[in-house]
Amino acid sequence: MVNYIIRRLLLFPLILFGVTLLIFGMLSLLSPYERLSLYLPDRPEHGSIDNLIELYGLNDPIPVQYARWMLGDDYLGLYPEGITSPNPSRGVLRGDLGFSFRGHQPVGQAILQYLPATLELTIWAIVPLLFIGIQLGVWSAVNHNKPVDHILRVFSITGWSFPTYVFGLMVLMIFYAKLDWFPAGRLSEWATRVVLDTTAFTQYTKMNTFDALLNGRFDIFIDSLRHLILPVITLSYLWWAQILRVTRSSMLEALRQDYVTTARAKGLSERVVINRHVRRNALIPVATISGLVVIGLMSGVVITETVFNYRGLGWFFADAALHLDVISVLGFTLFYATLVVLGNLVADITYAFLDPRVRYS
Amino acid sequence: MSESSTQPTALAKEASPEARPKSRFYVDDRTRFVIKQMLTRPTSLAGLIIILGFVLVAVLAPVLAPPANPADPWQIPHDGYSAEPSLPSEEHPFGTTQGQYDVYYGVIWGTRTAFRVGLIITGATMLIGLTVGSLAAYYGGILDDILMRVVEIVQAFPFLLAALTLASILRSRIGIGLVAGMIALIAFGWPTYARLIRGDILVVKQQDYVTAARALGARDSRILIRHILPNAIFPTLVIASMDIGSYVLNFAALSFLGLGAEPGYADWGQMISFARNWIPALARYPHILMYPGIAILLFVMGWNLVGDAFRDIIDPRLAGSR
Repeated sequence: MVNYIIRRLLLFPLILFGVTLLIFGMLSLLSPYERLSLYLPDRPEHGSIDNLIELYGLNDPIPVQYARWMLGDDYLGLYPEGITSPNPSRGVLRGDLGFSFRGHQPVGQAILQYLPATLELTIWAIVPLLFIGIQLGVWSAVNHNKPVDHILRVFSITGWSFPTYVFGLMVLMIFYAKLDWFPAGRLSEWATRVVLDTTAFTQYTKMNTFDALLNGRFDIFIDSLRHLILPVITLSYLWWAQILRVTRSSMLEALRQDYVTTARAKGLSERVVINRHVRRNALIPVATISGLVVIGLMSGVVITETVFNYRGLGWFFADAALHLDVISVLGFTLFYATLVVLGNLVADITYAFLDPRVRYS
Repeated sequence: MSESSTQPTALAKEASPEARPKSRFYVDDRTRFVIKQMLTRPTSLAGLIIILGFVLVAVLAPVLAPPANPADPWQIPHDGYSAEPSLPSEEHPFGTTQGQYDVYYGVIWGTRTAFRVGLIITGATMLIGLTVGSLAAYYGGILDDILMRVVEIVQAFPFLLAALTLASILRSRIGIGLVAGMIALIAFGWPTYARLIRGDILVVKQQDYVTAARALGARDSRILIRHILPNAIFPTLVIASMDIGSYVLNFAALSFLGLGAEPGYADWGQMISFARNWIPALARYPHILMYPGIAILLFVMGWNLVGDAFRDIIDPRLAGSR
């Protein structure tokens, strides 16, 4: 067990190192000229283009450029004598992901600016998912091959096949364009004015629903919740299907185990059998995919936020990718990949704790 | 039989030579069971029918929607340049979308694009995955360690995000078009298959006939290609081929975000991206979303139904649960 965790922990920096290599590798697919235009979208003031390429060291050997990208420009000896970079970078390791020309700010700052909106969306998506989704899966397995099971399976297969962008647009077509039940955007105009008024409203978390509660403004809470409903449903539909499937099949498998027969033979009531004996064991795979769900939701935001024009990380990323703002895109990908590696590490360790069989393999 | 059925994905053919008749078309009991199950379950049957329907549409595309310019059938014909979509009419049975592109033509020829994109991506990812996976599993040791770390690194990236990133970089290199998006999806899609085939080869590698072949002095490449791969490849092959649906979905997502097919190309995702500009008017023009949207939903669902059933059938842990 300890060995297993130590092995995973030792691998963690190695994988992250590989991730940065891959990202820099993608960047070096571009020619020095193309990369220069990424760093200097505005008119250059430092002379000819070749001069600038020299200044930024874009013709240096790739490993040197990688080291500079990771460690920053002040790293000793990387520049030829007498030359200093006009826009010194502090390096990825110290959190400098470069400058985003779409966001008009450093990439790190842009990520921080858009993160709360995405977090809010993800939190509202995942909580009902984990509680109700698992319950539905259990319900489906317990009523195996009965009408409830069939309905839930159709729901699940449809959700699994529905492209997020089609689903989102259809939801918008019905509930926004046609019925006008739910609004688009993140907040109504009046609520935006209140939220931005610093004397009356404090933005503790930058997440509107939680800020509204913390400020005791129930009307704003309701307003932002109304804006959240459609994106939350769109973002999580796919994962409802996934959670349902996994819970259902692992429940079905657990139901056939000998200890279930034993429990029933002992005369325990069906409720006790399901809740105490089956569910616990069936939830191990569900716990593993929960990590996947969080990652999936976090990357699902790219499409959902684009469809709903919801200004979060995903919207920013799609916008940057479309306008070929490669620096932002790579910074964002690095951020996400780090999250994924961390998430997987946590999931693996949790899994080893939950399931003793893993520890010995 | 009893031994291989304890392995979830080991659908290896019978190992003993006398159980395998000479005919090339001999289908062993296990495969026959799978085929029979696929044809009798309502879900997989529905999936197969849907896929067959799409194959028909793709094959008959030149008849169903004769291209105005046979040299470039992928370009959707457009009737004028007005931005506002128009409703279905006699001339345009599914109406026109932004830019007066004919929706019917786009949906029909989009089927061909879907198959083309799906087959190319699946084929390439499978080939890379198979190569990496079999090298890792067969040689083991340091090579296995290194290759599997590479797999882990590539898998650290959320699939769609990574593909989007690479597509946007490739687009500044090789310009707009299908190629950038396809390369991007291939580059991040192969690790799944490398893992799958590696697991199956590790099982097959232990079989006696492999040891026998080695004892007879067969070369590594011969053992791998003649003895191991044919017995280990089947599940990966089938599972991968059923991922066509999800690759089409992801490619359409790239198109939707503006990094796949160019505007006017017969591609479902690209057509749906037009609908995005008309969200408040979608109640008036549902056709610009619904036709391509339902086409892609059905296409993906067909493959998912078949793939789902197949996974259930070959997973003995779920045997008899239905």
